[in-house]
Amino acid sequence: MSEQVTALPEAAEQPAVEGDAPAAVRRRRRLLARVRAFALGAGFPILLILLWDRAVAMTGTRLVPSPRDVAIMMYDFAFGGVYDDAFSATILTHVWKSMTRVYGGFFLAALIGVPLGLMVGRIAWLRHLLDPTINLLRPIPVTAWLPLSMIFFGLGPNAAIFLVFLGAFYPILLNTIFGVRSVDTRLFEAAAMLGCTGSAMFRQVVFPASLPSIFNGLRIAHGFAWILIVVGEMTGVPSGLGSVIMDGRTLSRTDLVVTGMIVIGVCGFVTDRIIVKLGNRLLQWSPQHHG
Amino acid sequence: MADAKRARISTPHVVIRGVTKRFQADDGDIDALARIDVSIDQGEFVCLIGASGCGKSTLLRIIAGFEEPTSGEVLVAGKPVTGPGSDRGMVFQDYALFPWMTVRQNIGFGPRQRRLSRPEIEEVADEFVKLVGLEHAANRYPGQLSGGMKQRVAIARVLANDANILLMDEPFGALDALTREQLQHELLQIWARSRVTILFVTHSVEEAALLADRVLVMSAGPGRIASDIRIDLPRPRDVSSPEFNAVRRDLARGLTSHVAPSRNPETVG
Repeated sequence: MSEQVTALPEAAEQPAVEGDAPAAVRRRRRLLARVRAFALGAGFPILLILLWDRAVAMTGTRLVPSPRDVAIMMYDFAFGGVYDDAFSATILTHVWKSMTRVYGGFFLAALIGVPLGLMVGRIAWLRHLLDPTINLLRPIPVTAWLPLSMIFFGLGPNAAIFLVFLGAFYPILLNTIFGVRSVDTRLFEAAAMLGCTGSAMFRQVVFPASLPSIFNGLRIAHGFAWILIVVGEMTGVPSGLGSVIMDGRTLSRTDLVVTGMIVIGVCGFVTDRIIVKLGNRLLQWSPQHHG
Repeated sequence: MADAKRARISTPHVVIRGVTKRFQADDGDIDALARIDVSIDQGEFVCLIGASGCGKSTLLRIIAGFEEPTSGEVLVAGKPVTGPGSDRGMVFQDYALFPWMTVRQNIGFGPRQRRLSRPEIEEVADEFVKLVGLEHAANRYPGQLSGGMKQRVAIARVLANDANILLMDEPFGALDALTREQLQHELLQIWARSRVTILFVTHSVEEAALLADRVLVMSAGPGRIASDIRIDLPRPRDVSSPEFNAVRRDLARGLTSHVAPSRNPETVG
């Protein structure tokens, strides 16, 4: 993220005024700052785990697993050899299954949400046609669609994909519309005057101009997609991280439940970092996206 | 030298015929322009000057094709204007560069719309990058440029698209005095070389006196052309000469005679 330096013209026109030594000092200082940020960011969860451990030990509860129990479960879930039950060494299968549903729903939402948002944002009659409906459907919680989705798609992965799609669709659509609406109209005028019309306008101007906002929408939607996978996989699919958590619940195995929670958290975290990196690369030009 | 060539061309480049503009507002309509009739010759440098709200920008936007006149018509090279077109290049005060494109891509945008081949686009882009002296910044994004550099890109962008009319809406209004002076100078050079027709909106009497062959002084409520003043000073113009000062005084007087009488003439311009 610090790869892209927004050099002001003044600064760039006189490069390397400072010698090597200050540059080295600056590099060391930057490294130090990064190490400190990492230590703070990693330290807090460790503190939480310690508190959790102490709380379980002090109350003596059997209902909540200790971090140790969860660590053992996690090891078994990943490599097997401890409990050797239905969940041993199955992590990859479950992660893979959940991912296909998360990204199935997410990409479907992006595939429909982005083009639709571009058009709704740009074409007035389409906005008048769809805006009330969108805002009527949007407040309905995704979980409320659960019964209907089971009727539409049966008990299977398609219902899960549909729920993820619903949850991801609105943030993408609304952020895309917002992105188009907030583009300086002079850019469209400038493009028109330079001979850009019709679908070329959408491809070459409307889309890239709204990309920062579209990306925000995709990132929010991606987060929702991981949130909704548990709800989606409650519909009775045999595999996936959501189903692992539901199985843990019915079996009263809280160590399994917490393990599933952590794996979802890690998956969501890692994929979010990838999206942020991708966004920074694609949006190098945007002053708001140097984070 | 450019003057001699221009004199030979007799058909007007831009004809504004009976153009009026009325904006609809909630509390009644607003007459922005009341019947404008002007013709502008090929290669002329015309400044539009007037108090804010006199409709000078509206007139420019009508010529650009961004707005439709309520009545009347604009003819460019004999053909009526029906919308934006690449023959008329607008240069906005706030640049309106595409922020996701580099300097070179911004300048190559017009040629790209004309479906030139990639090497041809590159060639045109490089030529106009050089014209405005931005070789060292060709691969930067607009967000990394100073105001003066941005406006150079905007000018190069419309020239690269073969615009033969430059419509400039207070293009140097947001720049510092030094950069403004430099860009005025560069614009005159580009104009002398390319012999494009320029319509330049400004509120600065000094700028109009420095740049224009002809100044259209507009008055507000509703906007109309109050006087049409020709400036025959040779170029480059010496801003400290008595002749230049006389022109400036004339323009300032033309401007103030049409605004509210309470205004002190010395404070304008």
